[in-house]
Amino acid sequence: MLEVKNLKINYGGIEAVRNVSFTVPNAKIVTLVGANGAGKSSILRSIIGLVKAADGSIHLDKRELIGLKTDEIVKHNITLVPEGRHVFPDQTVLENLKIGAYLRHDSLTEDLERVYRLFPRLKERSWQAAGTLSGGEQQMLAVGRALMASPEIIMMDEPSLGLAPIVVKEIFEIIKKINKQGTTVLLVEQNANMALRIADYGYVIENGEVTVHGTGEELLKNENVRKAYLGM
Amino acid sequence: MTKKKIDIKKTLPKVLMIVLVALYLSYLQADPMSHSYAITIIERSCIYSVAAVSLNLIIGFTGQFSLGTAGFMCIGAYITGIVTIDPAMKSQIFYLYGIQPWLENIKLPLLAALLVSGLICAAIAFLIGWPVLRLKSDYLAIATLGFSEIIRALFGWDGLGTVTNASYGVSNIPSFSSLYECVIICVLCIIIMALLINSSYGRAFKAVRDDDVAAEAMGINLFKTKQLSFVISSAFAGIAGGLLAVFMRSAVTSTFTVALTYNILLMVILGGIGSISGSILGAFLVTGSQEWLRFLDREYTFGSLFPMLSNTSIGGFNVPFLRNGFRMVIFSILLMVVVLFWNHGITGSKEITFDRIAGFTKKLIKHKEGNAHE
Repeated sequence: MLEVKNLKINYGGIEAVRNVSFTVPNAKIVTLVGANGAGKSSILRSIIGLVKAADGSIHLDKRELIGLKTDEIVKHNITLVPEGRHVFPDQTVLENLKIGAYLRHDSLTEDLERVYRLFPRLKERSWQAAGTLSGGEQQMLAVGRALMASPEIIMMDEPSLGLAPIVVKEIFEIIKKINKQGTTVLLVEQNANMALRIADYGYVIENGEVTVHGTGEELLKNENVRKAYLGM
Repeated sequence: MTKKKIDIKKTLPKVLMIVLVALYLSYLQADPMSHSYAITIIERSCIYSVAAVSLNLIIGFTGQFSLGTAGFMCIGAYITGIVTIDPAMKSQIFYLYGIQPWLENIKLPLLAALLVSGLICAAIAFLIGWPVLRLKSDYLAIATLGFSEIIRALFGWDGLGTVTNASYGVSNIPSFSSLYECVIICVLCIIIMALLINSSYGRAFKAVRDDDVAAEAMGINLFKTKQLSFVISSAFAGIAGGLLAVFMRSAVTSTFTVALTYNILLMVILGGIGSISGSILGAFLVTGSQEWLRFLDREYTFGSLFPMLSNTSIGGFNVPFLRNGFRMVIFSILLMVVVLFWNHGITGSKEITFDRIAGFTKKLIKHKEGNAHE
């Protein structure tokens, strides 16, 4: 279980995240939704140690993550699919997947097969340079790469960014499938409609603070959320 | 009992090529006196190949623009020189300053000397890398370039005369016992670097080069990875320096100027940044073509070819431009042409493999057949 309490993040004197608390129970999908610049990505980046938190605590199974370096945090079975995919363009699909398992020293065949089962298209293109894939395929590769670390918690930053609606649907189906296989998912999305539909629990973040939270269904029905984020 | 079936079609050309190279080398080695010119070019090219691959490791594979190669080569050259010279010769060589007593009786075989050079360079790179690798791109280049010049100045300093013989340098270094010794050591060095690049460490190097955000999110420690690459690259630069000292039979600071780093950088860029075989190709091309173009440096009088014309008005015509230094003009023009037409170097970031050569020749044959039908 991931517990974030009173998290505060500053960027050069500006408070990006003010006072955010939420919990991600095991084997659930939790989503953080909100507009651009609400501080969602900063929260994920501070959980994985890419950004320093100014205050608060981040506990993973009662272990404090603040103060640890990213490579130490990743060793605790938590990974991030970064915003904008960030695949390694000049390397093959297979090489990209292998980098995802960089910190592991056991056999990769099982996880490689699992990723290929989830994304058959990656198997077809395993020898292709990642930069030649389409946007949707690159997103699948980014998710597959994160899965290669065999994480207990996978965090995804805007997986639907810049993708065609049909591909977005496919990606969300896969997120559900990954969750059913037992991986906890922390999802950050601007596409609140899609995210809340698959989420067990959701938090709405505005100006660096949690304003509303509830189950996915509750939030979908919430009048304010509907007006602000679903355009209804 | 073999687990993998050996594909004859694929292994045959490789074996054939190794045999051919070995035959050619043994042909040269059979009569080293009359083939000394070819042997010199091959040895120099091999040594520069090691230096070029080591520079490519840090620049091409890890994406860190380090220009300290000449400095590490200088350190390696002096260490290898000092510990391989015959102890009886040392007092003669160091006649002006005298030699440190603890150095006087050291005499190591070549391999051990190179290993010591590599290890010391690795240790120095570890210490230098600590502050320097926090810098990025241009700043890193300037800092490493500065380090290289400091080393050169330090080794030429009178105060270190009892160790480095100051500006006189170290001479009378025993040369390679044969061409094989040089080639085999160079091939070994390159194989070790190639294995490293193809391991999971190599993947981490490329990840840091391509996208540091994603690399960090994958749990790759950016600083440690850069440091590892820098240390290994510097160690092999040191070994290449040691080999160069043995090849030239001397180590003098004036060899290890910034120009040497640029020359090696040229090989890397010409061959293809991020390609091991490209660097080797670059080293052979740059070293070789500087020799092959030597005919451009000689003045040539037209009449000399036809003695009966030499007294007429046509005879005695000097071919324009051909004079000392013209070789470098042509060399530079050739370089510009190569960079213009292959702006990723000759091989790009891909490796030259037998499969690719086979594919290329097949395409050529098909193309010709196609033309014939028309």
